[in-house]
Amino acid sequence: METIDDALFLPHSQLQSFIDLLWRKSYEVIGPHVSQNTIEYLPLHQVDELPFAYRDKQEPGRYHLVKTSHERYFAWANGAQALKPMTFKASQTLWQAHKNANQELEFSTPSSPLLNTAVIGVRACDLAALAIQDQHFLQGDYVDPFYQSQRQHLFLVAVNCSHPASTCFCASTGDGPHVEKNADIVLTELDDGFVVEITSQTAKDIMSELLLEPAQAQHWQQKSQQLQQACQAQTRSISKKAHVQISNKNKSQVWETLGRQCLACGNCTAVCPTCFCHQQQTEADLSNTLISQLRLWDSCFNADHSYFHGTVVRAETKFRYRQWLTHKFSTWVEQFARSGCVGCGRCISWCPVGIDVTAVIADLIKEACDESL
Amino acid sequence: MNPYEPQVVDVIQNIEETPTIYTLRLRFRDKARQQAYRFAPGQFNMLYLYGVGEIPISIVSDPADEFVIDHTIRSVGRVTKAMSKLKAGDQIGLRGPFGRGWPLQHALGKDVILVTGGLGCAPVVSVIRYVIRRRDLFGRLVIMQGVKHADDLIWRDQYEQWETLHDTQVILAASEQPSAQWPWHSGHVTDLMHTAVFNPNNAIAMMCGPEAMMNAAIDPLLREGLNEHDLWLSMERNMHCAIGLCGHCQYGANFICKQGPVFPFAEIKTLFGEKGF
Repeated sequence: METIDDALFLPHSQLQSFIDLLWRKSYEVIGPHVSQNTIEYLPLHQVDELPFAYRDKQEPGRYHLVKTSHERYFAWANGAQALKPMTFKASQTLWQAHKNANQELEFSTPSSPLLNTAVIGVRACDLAALAIQDQHFLQGDYVDPFYQSQRQHLFLVAVNCSHPASTCFCASTGDGPHVEKNADIVLTELDDGFVVEITSQTAKDIMSELLLEPAQAQHWQQKSQQLQQACQAQTRSISKKAHVQISNKNKSQVWETLGRQCLACGNCTAVCPTCFCHQQQTEADLSNTLISQLRLWDSCFNADHSYFHGTVVRAETKFRYRQWLTHKFSTWVEQFARSGCVGCGRCISWCPVGIDVTAVIADLIKEACDESL
Repeated sequence: MNPYEPQVVDVIQNIEETPTIYTLRLRFRDKARQQAYRFAPGQFNMLYLYGVGEIPISIVSDPADEFVIDHTIRSVGRVTKAMSKLKAGDQIGLRGPFGRGWPLQHALGKDVILVTGGLGCAPVVSVIRYVIRRRDLFGRLVIMQGVKHADDLIWRDQYEQWETLHDTQVILAASEQPSAQWPWHSGHVTDLMHTAVFNPNNAIAMMCGPEAMMNAAIDPLLREGLNEHDLWLSMERNMHCAIGLCGHCQYGANFICKQGPVFPFAEIKTLFGEKGF
């Protein structure tokens, strides 16, 4: 039988051995579970905790999981969160202050030992977003030490997307559905198991213990077909030139309409895997002797995000929506040399009023074209 | 290294400038840190008051002063009001300096025009003092300061003294209720741009204060023939981290804490004056 170099095959029957092996290697293994009517990444011990046979139905303002008769573990697109909360935590103590016996002020940084964490089921869009967050928190003038240590402890087992949701558009942003970089292991799920591609030395050392057979040519062929179908299944898209096309649209009528629709709830920024805004808050313990400076996720949809000197720069919702969209899709390119959108579609599904960002961008581009006629 | 964690500084003095404006004179508790501390006028520090919070404040002392770091502050919010009660001997936290300061090297040999409004004068006063101490290195010095009420003018004695210096012009204006003791102009300082005497082909303007004030000053200066690359503005937005990570101070593609707070007009003119950014 013809086999494929550099690719192994992990039968579904051996998935439990793989999970056990990672725990034995001292990783805390995190994987997708059905939880709170969505897919959440939680500690994973048993294969039957995985979302076996589930599919996700996503539309603007709608997320729904359904159990089907298919026999796969990863035939769904994504849930509200994936990697972001693991590296950029929703709440993080940055430092603490207290007064010593002489009433002198002292500062310290709390240290917490971190476990190596293996995440199973990471998608291409989330890996692309992780690369952007790496750029933001690790590659600027100041390195964020909290992000850095959490990031260094991640071992990433990706799964190529075979069943994108109707809200997905990663093919148009160039970030998926196929994982091309940033993972340690890339799995492609077929009906009877996984094609396994190993892309780091750590992964090679670990996987050698499973004694897997090489993947066969027919597995490879199925994998290619599946990926092609996953691309073709995506109906939404965003123009590759959107950052230029919308760059002069600060005065567009589109913002007026959105300002009336948008609730400024900030769901889109909470589920966005690239949004990095955070605020600092000072918190005292009950005895008021240990003060902690906390970093919490923030959103440019909150009024106080733009508060200074007694004024709110973006008091109106239309300005907040414009800030978010023009940053994510236009000025982001100047900051990071790429768009801030990886096409995961979460902001569309989790928007309570179903605002579809791909339609908003299309409206802005159409308006720009009409004006240039 | 944790770039979020402040260092301890001692309050050397808390100087009352007006009933609502005060200057905190600070020194690092760690002597080596004080000696190593360098900043450029126009940069800012993050000051932390125990149990209350942290805020960005520009530095007003002379960068050549090795012993103290001064910050002039208006009591306006929760943290600045609480800080106004600090006394000599108290301790607070400081991290910095952050951001891009004023283009003082670029200003050498040029006429220097400084336009400020309200407490905008604080970051610019550091430039005035810098130029005056090194007077021969610069051309004419034009100091334009607008305040709302006559009482808001701090360091009045200094303005009167600066007025007497050679090649130095002081233009002051109060927009509301000027009192009998106000010998200068009543109205907006930006109405007086035409009275500033400078050579537009060899001048640099630096301004700081409310954006509407700066906006009103830009056109007359450009009409005089000043190059937009020689027009510099200090911008302000909400700031939490000061290191370009928290996202609050974004202004287009710029993080004001990192690429600013001082910008050449040419870099920000597409957004400047646009509501909501």
